[in-house]
Amino acid sequence: MNAAPVIEIDHLTKFYGTREIVRDLCLTVPPGSIYGFLGRNGMGKTTTIRILLGIEEPTRGGTRVFGEDSSRLSPATRARIGYLPEGHYVYGWMTVRECGRFQASFFPNWNQEVFDAVITHFRLDPKMKAGHLSRGQRAGVCLALTLAPEPELLVLDDPALGLDPVARRSLLQSMLYVTRQPHRTILFSSHLLSDVERVADRIVVLDGGALRADCTVEMFRQHVRHFVLTFRDTPPPTPPLPGLLESFRTDRELLITLANVSPEIEARIAELRPESIEQVEMALEDAFISYVGERGEKTFFTRQEPAK
Amino acid sequence: MPLGFSISPASDVPIFRQIMHQIQRAVAARALRIGEQLPAVRSLAESLVINPNTVARAYQELIREGLLESRSGRGVFVAERRQVFSEAEQTRRLRHLAEQLCQEATLLGAPWAEVSALLETTWKQLQRKPGAKS
Repeated sequence: MNAAPVIEIDHLTKFYGTREIVRDLCLTVPPGSIYGFLGRNGMGKTTTIRILLGIEEPTRGGTRVFGEDSSRLSPATRARIGYLPEGHYVYGWMTVRECGRFQASFFPNWNQEVFDAVITHFRLDPKMKAGHLSRGQRAGVCLALTLAPEPELLVLDDPALGLDPVARRSLLQSMLYVTRQPHRTILFSSHLLSDVERVADRIVVLDGGALRADCTVEMFRQHVRHFVLTFRDTPPPTPPLPGLLESFRTDRELLITLANVSPEIEARIAELRPESIEQVEMALEDAFISYVGERGEKTFFTRQEPAK
Repeated sequence: MPLGFSISPASDVPIFRQIMHQIQRAVAARALRIGEQLPAVRSLAESLVINPNTVARAYQELIREGLLESRSGRGVFVAERRQVFSEAEQTRRLRHLAEQLCQEATLLGAPWAEVSALLETTWKQLQRKPGAKS
């Protein structure tokens, strides 16, 4: 893809006091794709998003959105970004319709049809007081407020948090609706891997503030592989294979999960002389848990975009 | 739409492969006939609430395997049947499937008579089912 990147994160590091939240993070997001931003809680996702939008200052390194430095985004550039913060905050004393009118006054490109469509999609009554809405309903209002200015970049911080399955499905439909138009980009963080698998083009995994993967969902699944080795008697101890994520021994079996399996590593597995080697496909969620679980090693597999 | 697609994301089978399997099954059972058009990528993606690239990927793989064909500007259709795999490859694939079936049947303790009878009925059903009428 030759188009200028929408998001550029360049060696970003962030400390809160002595605690390192984000460590030397580099990431480039081209236009026109849906990025799932994954990582366990406290791994730096929200902080990265807030720095990206200029809400917080980086300690070192920097970020750019639409080519502009995040700390100095012009109002015109800000108007091209839709940000849905974690928590679905609304002004409780306004009605749904008033929330829309208030927000509309800030955006020259406000599209009332989009606002109304999302409100209807979530089955909301415009006359309802925002403060009396349920979590899922509030999410609907927030999403309508974020989508109506027709942003080119949509940043959603854990938008599915606290939503019921129906509201979650509506959220995903809204995201797909946004990308009907070319060059719309979405970055969304989530813990719901089945949602991510449904809609994301690529996933980015943060762990301990550092980037651990930037690739397609399919690539991630292919890179994290699970082997079941069966032996005639007690299996040998697990050799120190590079990329070893997890291993588990039973009486006759050795189960190992590996990242970045190469032919050399497969050869080393075969050298253990098991009776049989079976490779088991992993669901995205299992692959993710192995990858960022307690025993996970710091193995990187980040895909750089092809040189421009 | 004659096809009731359904997918489950949390499965160990990737979504694009789930779609491929369902199209393959529909073609084998003549629910989708030669020359019939498949739903547009966008509309299928939106009805399944999945990324359009995933649907496109499934179509591409099946076009490569020769089951579907893309007619420029008009969409994706079920292709005329033709030999895309070499004879050796075809045998390899069939042997793999036969091994799987026999393994499962052995584990279930099914006798060969039952397995072969079932194979025969299933085969005949697939050959017969004419889609609608004709």
